[in-house]
Amino acid sequence: MPNYVILLVIIGYLSLLFAVGIWANKKSKSRWVHNPWVYALSLAVYCSAWTYYGSVGIAASDGISFLTTYLGPVIALPLWLVVMKRIIIISKQYQVSSLADFMSLRYGNNRSIGAVVTIICVIAVLPYIALQLKAVSETFDILSEGSKSNTVITDSTFYIALLLAVFVALFGTQTTDASRRRSGLIFTVAVESVLKLLFFLIIGIYATFYLFDGTTDIYRQVSALDGFENLATFSNIEASINWYFMIALSFFAIFLLPRQFQVSVVENTSTSHLKKASWLFPLYLLLFNVFVIFIAWAGKIVLSSDINPDYYTLYLPLSQGHKLLGLMVFLGGLSSVISMVVVSTLALSTMISNNLVIPYGFIKLLNKTNPEDNALRIRNIRRISIFLLIIGAYFFYINFNIELSLFSIGLIAFVIIAQLAPAFFIGLFWNRGSAMAAKAGILIGSIITFYTLALPFITEVFIEDSPFATLGPYGIEFLKPYALFGLDFMPPVTHAFFWSMVFNCMFYLVFSVIRKGNYRERNYAELVVNASSYGDLEENAFVWRGEAYVSEIKKALVRFLGEKRTTRALDLFYRKYQIDPSIEKADARLVNFSEKLLTGTIGAASAQLMISSVVKEQPFTLPEVLKILEENKETISANKQLQQQSHDLKRLSNSLKTANEALLEKDRQKDEFLDTVAHELKTPTASIRAASEILADADDMPAALKQKFLNNIVNDADRLSVLITNILDLEKLSSGRDVMNKKSHNLKHTVDKAVDGIYQLATKKGVNIEVGAVENVNFIYDEDRILQVFTNLLSNSLKFVPSHTGRIKIQAKKQHNKISLSFEDNGKGIPQEDMQFIFEKFYQSNNQNIKKPQGSGMGLAISKHIIENHQGTIAVDPAYKRGARFVITFNTNEL
Amino acid sequence: MKKLLIVDDEPNIVMSLEYAFQKQGFHVFIARDGGEALQLMEREIPDLIILDIMMPEVDGYQTIKIIKENPAFAKAKIIFLSAKSKASDIEKGLSLGADLYFTKPFSVKKLITAAENLVLS
Repeated sequence: MPNYVILLVIIGYLSLLFAVGIWANKKSKSRWVHNPWVYALSLAVYCSAWTYYGSVGIAASDGISFLTTYLGPVIALPLWLVVMKRIIIISKQYQVSSLADFMSLRYGNNRSIGAVVTIICVIAVLPYIALQLKAVSETFDILSEGSKSNTVITDSTFYIALLLAVFVALFGTQTTDASRRRSGLIFTVAVESVLKLLFFLIIGIYATFYLFDGTTDIYRQVSALDGFENLATFSNIEASINWYFMIALSFFAIFLLPRQFQVSVVENTSTSHLKKASWLFPLYLLLFNVFVIFIAWAGKIVLSSDINPDYYTLYLPLSQGHKLLGLMVFLGGLSSVISMVVVSTLALSTMISNNLVIPYGFIKLLNKTNPEDNALRIRNIRRISIFLLIIGAYFFYINFNIELSLFSIGLIAFVIIAQLAPAFFIGLFWNRGSAMAAKAGILIGSIITFYTLALPFITEVFIEDSPFATLGPYGIEFLKPYALFGLDFMPPVTHAFFWSMVFNCMFYLVFSVIRKGNYRERNYAELVVNASSYGDLEENAFVWRGEAYVSEIKKALVRFLGEKRTTRALDLFYRKYQIDPSIEKADARLVNFSEKLLTGTIGAASAQLMISSVVKEQPFTLPEVLKILEENKETISANKQLQQQSHDLKRLSNSLKTANEALLEKDRQKDEFLDTVAHELKTPTASIRAASEILADADDMPAALKQKFLNNIVNDADRLSVLITNILDLEKLSSGRDVMNKKSHNLKHTVDKAVDGIYQLATKKGVNIEVGAVENVNFIYDEDRILQVFTNLLSNSLKFVPSHTGRIKIQAKKQHNKISLSFEDNGKGIPQEDMQFIFEKFYQSNNQNIKKPQGSGMGLAISKHIIENHQGTIAVDPAYKRGARFVITFNTNEL
Repeated sequence: MKKLLIVDDEPNIVMSLEYAFQKQGFHVFIARDGGEALQLMEREIPDLIILDIMMPEVDGYQTIKIIKENPAFAKAKIIFLSAKSKASDIEKGLSLGADLYFTKPFSVKKLITAAENLVLS
């Protein structure tokens, strides 16, 4: 196929993408562009030419280890979801525009962290981009069947690279705020993701079902080839260790590759899109890998062994004369290249401008000029970066393309990128991680990576037969780059990854523990690590002290955002915090807010520099910060404690008060009781004493009168003894010391006994006692005690009913498990106002001090205690007006 | 012959007092509570009243108040005889205008001596 045809197709294809991009930019709000599918598909920028061509190559030579780069992301997904959500929310709040920005934010808007991350990313990604160019160039040559051009001017790859650069520059730098979303660009990436998958599936189906009779046919044929065993299984323990390291490596890559960060964080429009991505992205990877192994096998069978297995997908159709199919495969590869190169250079150019160029040099210049010029200048920095990056990649490819396969360049890039992992991941969850430690870790990790991966490679390329790689520097075996410290069973990439990670993590952890970061760093660390309450990430979340004038800050803002945007933003800010817009001095909130505003345009570190140039910040010394933090903590906890204590005290004093009242009441009751008891005892005693005195001095008294006095003495003595018994009884019952002798008894028998006991007295007074239908029911009670209650009620009634017409009636009623017994009489009844007191001991109607008690005054109180001890109730029926009516209710179940 | 009114609801005590004071030559009237006593006093104004405090219906305190309000009863001396024996009870009794306060149990002889002294003075 002639060169110019292919070039025309490429230009046509790019124009098409361009048109799609422009359309999507216009429709950025529509459902077609702004949806989770686009987001999930844009993540597939992960599948670069490395996937498209390289995995077939690795499958053909190394078997299933190509899967690791896809298993890593799939395994990472649960964590990815959680971590991404947090990162996205923080990034949106702080207008983070790149990985470097994010890490610099985490370490207190640290300028040098941003720069270090940017450099690492450039070092890692530049060869990676070169790899893409190499793929385009080689596939172009295969398709055109021509020999490779040797000069830049005649090399078609150079022009393709330039076209790509124009494409990125046009789409990626439309606004100066790099944290703004680029819907057009992302939409084209999503479209390309669909195309490359579609084309790859077509060639897979073509190879499996057109060239062969399906998978079993291929398997049958390929298993006949030599060395097949190694391709389908792990050959040994080293290979399986390698497998795990590879998975870990790609696990990191899905977070840390600048292009992944760009699509998954910066270009994310809604965290809800993560949900769709969480299943769609793994599914995409799965589909991409379904046919890899079969294409590889098919290539092995069909094509000669001197053909580069990376390009089996292309050679397979071409060898059968299917040129159009070949062109389609080429376009699929081109798609994966374009999306990778576009997004990567975009991400890198933002980092270079915001984290390298502006904070180290341009900030002063930008500070002086007007907003329009600044915006243009920033855009130009980015555009130049884009061109430089692509051209740099091109020259890297020209100089290093001899030795490296697609797969190994990709892996080296992964190892370099992985150096950011400790500072990134541990920093997300550990607030102690400090900027210095992050730098130390990244530095040592990079040095080791350089030593164990790049150095031997470079020496091999430039010095023929260098003994460095095989024997170590100056023949020191201990320092052999591929077997550092004697670790000799790992392949170079795994080996480099292992040692760099060990040292990186160690340095990061040790340095973090040894020295805490400054207050700013710790503020931000806290912010990122404890971002659980995302809503609280407000401007006032920072400790800041200093002097700043609103007008100065506003001037700084206008320089980058323009008059209109600045005014609008400040308006919003004032409204949000209800601050008087005419205020002159700025507070910490405005300072932090302004920093946030600028971050999107010039990066976090530059924004901080910018703002601090117009405010006089008085840095806190570490002890001061600690003091503030401690004080805060102490005040809060002291407050809480005080509150708790006062609450406790209040409760305690309340309960004491209640207890005291109860005690006083008890005391009063006891006094009253003793008074009454004393009175009750004194009356018969006085009577006995008086009668005795009279008898002692009454020789002349008639015998009949003497007998009467003597009888009085006997009666009063009896009365005394009854009183004493009752008092003791009541005390025993009310203190619960009385042990009831509960047994099964028949209620009717007990009632009869009570009636029998009082029968004679009743007959004497002419009172009729009627026992109604008392059921023949048995239950458990203390018969003597219950008999005492009945007798008390009967004798009370007997006392109050009139002679001859008196009538007492006992009735029983059973309902379910309850039995109630009523005692009615036609006596004078109980006054309404006394009803609730009659069961109190010594209760005497009206004025208790003066009125004479009826009876001993304790009968009902004792009765109540006894009934309650049987879980029953005793009450007066207030509705009964013809006399008194007492009702006792037993719960037969409970007894 | 001096007239004595005994106001108490304890029949046994009343019986002893009646016997003892009659023996000393008093003309003894008996009331079961304050109400009965006041009724009785409409006909006979006694020289001495022995008054219990805790009685049904009209108690000793109410009774003495009514007696003291009526100038016609001014000549009647009053002795409280009660089981209420706290110092505060005694104070209260005397402040209401009683001439003496005896607590139960009491010595019949001492009561008679005190009563005779009271009516003779």
